[in-house]
Amino acid sequence: MHSKNENNKVIKKLLALLLMMTVFVFAMVPLYNVFCEITGINGKVVVSEALYETVEKDETRQVTIEFVTSIKRGMPWEFKSTLYKVDVHPGELNEVMFYAKNISNKTITGQTVPSIAPGQASFYLNKTECFCFDQQTLKPGEEIYMPMKFYVDPELPESVHTITMSYALFNATSDDSNSVASR
Amino acid sequence: MAHDHHPTGIKRWLFTTNHKDIGTMYLWFAFIMFLVGGLMALGIRAELFQPGLQFWEPNFFNSLTTLHGLIMVFGAVMPAFVGLANWLIPIQVGAPDMALPRMNNFSFWILPFAFTLLLLSLVPQLFPDGPPNFGWTFYAPLSTKFGPASTDFFIFGVHLMGISSIMGAINVIVTVFNMRAPGMTLMKMPMFVWTWVITAFLLIMVMPVLAGAVTMMLTDRHFGTAFFDAAGGGDPVLFQHVFWFFGHPEVYIMILPAFGIASHIIPTFSRKPLFGYASMVYATASIAFLSFIVWAHHMFTTGMPVAGELYFMIATLIIAVPTGVKIFNWVATMWEGSITFETPMLFALAFVILFTIGGVSGVMLAMTPVDKQYHDTYFVVAHFHYVLFPGAIFGTIAAVYYWIPKWTGFMYNEFLGKVHFWLSIFFVNLTFFPMHFSGLAGMQRRVPDYNMMFESFNALSSIGALGLGATQLLFMYIVINCIKGGQGKATDQVWEGAEGLEFTHLPSPAPYHSFDVAPEVK
Repeated sequence: MHSKNENNKVIKKLLALLLMMTVFVFAMVPLYNVFCEITGINGKVVVSEALYETVEKDETRQVTIEFVTSIKRGMPWEFKSTLYKVDVHPGELNEVMFYAKNISNKTITGQTVPSIAPGQASFYLNKTECFCFDQQTLKPGEEIYMPMKFYVDPELPESVHTITMSYALFNATSDDSNSVASR
Repeated sequence: MAHDHHPTGIKRWLFTTNHKDIGTMYLWFAFIMFLVGGLMALGIRAELFQPGLQFWEPNFFNSLTTLHGLIMVFGAVMPAFVGLANWLIPIQVGAPDMALPRMNNFSFWILPFAFTLLLLSLVPQLFPDGPPNFGWTFYAPLSTKFGPASTDFFIFGVHLMGISSIMGAINVIVTVFNMRAPGMTLMKMPMFVWTWVITAFLLIMVMPVLAGAVTMMLTDRHFGTAFFDAAGGGDPVLFQHVFWFFGHPEVYIMILPAFGIASHIIPTFSRKPLFGYASMVYATASIAFLSFIVWAHHMFTTGMPVAGELYFMIATLIIAVPTGVKIFNWVATMWEGSITFETPMLFALAFVILFTIGGVSGVMLAMTPVDKQYHDTYFVVAHFHYVLFPGAIFGTIAAVYYWIPKWTGFMYNEFLGKVHFWLSIFFVNLTFFPMHFSGLAGMQRRVPDYNMMFESFNALSSIGALGLGATQLLFMYIVINCIKGGQGKATDQVWEGAEGLEFTHLPSPAPYHSFDVAPEVK
C-alpha cells in the first residue's frame, strides 16, 4: 500500500513541474522579444544607432516611407512628424524632423517607442540618429524639433514598396502619477 | 459499516473528504453551470433569431458570448470531468479514496467562489460598465486597456479556477501513481484512468500559463507594466501566443477524458474487448504532446511569416493521425461485436460520429489559406461546438448513464433515456450544422446583428438551441428519478458486458467506503 512519503515524492515532482511552467510563462516575454529581434518579424526594431555605410545608392528604385505618431493616454504633449510621407531611394541618407511640445504646466519627460511595418522591413531600415534613442525632458510650454536620420538598405526585398514608421510617445516622468512607472 | 458515521446535512457536504461525495458535488455544480451557461446561449440565440437588434445592447451581447464561453469551459465541462474522475478513478484502480482527500474538498469548494466572482460582474449596481465583453479568449488590449472594471473580478476568478484545477490534477496523478491495486500495471489501467492521467499532466503544465497571462493582464491594467501594450514596448500579439499556449492543450483537456469514456462504453455494449488498447494509450499521449506545439494555428491572420504558417499547419494536420487511430479503434471494437443500443451506447456512438465531423472541420481550419477565409466566422463556431457538445458533453452524459446504476444502485428509465438521446441528437445538429453554412457564406462571430441573407440559417440554429436546452431538463429529471429509485435495483455488474473493478468487485450502489482491502488484479 502507499505511504505519505511516497505521496510527498510525487507531489514534490509535480510542484517542480508547476514551478517550471510558471517560470516559463514569464520567460516567454523576453524570449519572445529576443526571437522577434533576431528574426526581424513583428516590426520589433533594435533601438541602437547604425553607422551610415557607404552603400551604392539605387536611383532606379523608390520606396515610400510613411510616418505615424501616437500619444499615449495621459501624456499632455503635442507630438507629430513634420512630414507625413517621403519618397526615398535605397542607400541615400534622409532626415526627418519631429515636433513635440509640452502643453501642460509641469516638466515632463517623454520616451518614444518605435515600430516598423511590414515587420520584414525592420531589418533593412537603419537609423543613424533618432530621438527615440533617448528621453526628452520639456518644461511647461517648451517645444522642440527632433531629427531622425535613416537610410534604407538597398537589399530591401523587391516586394516592399511602402514602409510605415510608427512612433508612440509615452510619459516617462518618474515622479508623475501619470507616468508609466506608476500608472 | 462500523466507520460509516459521518456528519449529516449540510456539514456532510461542507467537510466531506469522501471521493464519492466530492464527485457528486462536482457533477451537480457542473450541471448547474451548464444550465447557467445554457441560458446565456439562449440569450445569444434569441438575439440572433432574426437580423437587427431585438433584445440586448451590442455590448451586453458580447458579454453574453464571453460569459457563455467561460462558464461552459471552466464551469461545466472541466468540473464535470473532475467529478467523474473523483467518482471513478478510485473504484477503477481499486483504491479506498483519492490520495489527498482534504485537498480534494478544498479544490471543489474554491469553485463556487470563483464563479461567484465571475457572475457578480452581471450586477449592474456593482459594475455599471457591465460584465467582461471581450470574448472567452480575452485578447489584449480589449481586456487590458479597454476592459470594463469587472475584468479584475474575472481575473481573480480565473486564478481560483486555476488553483482548483491544479489541485485536482495533482490529486489524480498521486492517486494513480501510488494507490493502484496490486497487479494493476500502468498498461493494465482502464482507459478512463489513462486519459485522465494525461489530462492531469496537461492541466499542471498549462494552468500556470493561464495564470501568468491573467497576472500580466492585471499588472498591465493597474501596475504600469506594458506586457501587451505596444506603446510601452510590449506586444498584443504576445498575449495571443501566451493565451494559445495555454488554450490549445486546454481544448484537449476538454476532450481526452471523453475519449476514455467512449473506450469503456463501446466495448461493453459490443461485448468485445477494446481494440488496440496500447495504441489507444500511445495515441492519447501523442495528442497531448502535439497539443503543445501547434498553438499558433489560432493566429494565422496575425501576419506570421510563411515558414511559421507552414510549420503550424503541418504540425496541426499531424494531430489527425493519432485521433484517427482512436476513431478506427472504436470502429474496430464494434466490428462483428454483438451490439445492443442502450442509452450510454447511443450517446457514445453519436460521440464518435459527430466528434469526427468536428474533427474534419478542424482539419479544414488547420490549413492556413483556408483558415484565412474562415477565421472568426460561424464556421469556427460550428467546428468547436461539434467537438464540445457532441464531444465533451455527450461523453459526459454517456458516462452518467453508464455509471449511474453503479452510483445510485438503481436503473434509470431506459425509455426516457432514449427519448433524451434522440431529441438531443436532433437538436444538436439543428443548432450547429447550419452554422457551417452561414460561416462559409461569411457570417462573422461575436456580432449581434447580421446580413439578411443569413436569416434562415440563424432561425434554424435558434430553434435548435431552444430545443437542445429544454431537452437537458429531461436529463435532469431522469437523473433525479434514478436517484429516487428509477426502474428498480441494478445488478452488481449492471451491464452484461461490463468489465473493470467497479463492476466486477463492488456491489451496486458502490458502498460509501469501497476497497478498504485492495483487490488483486491478475
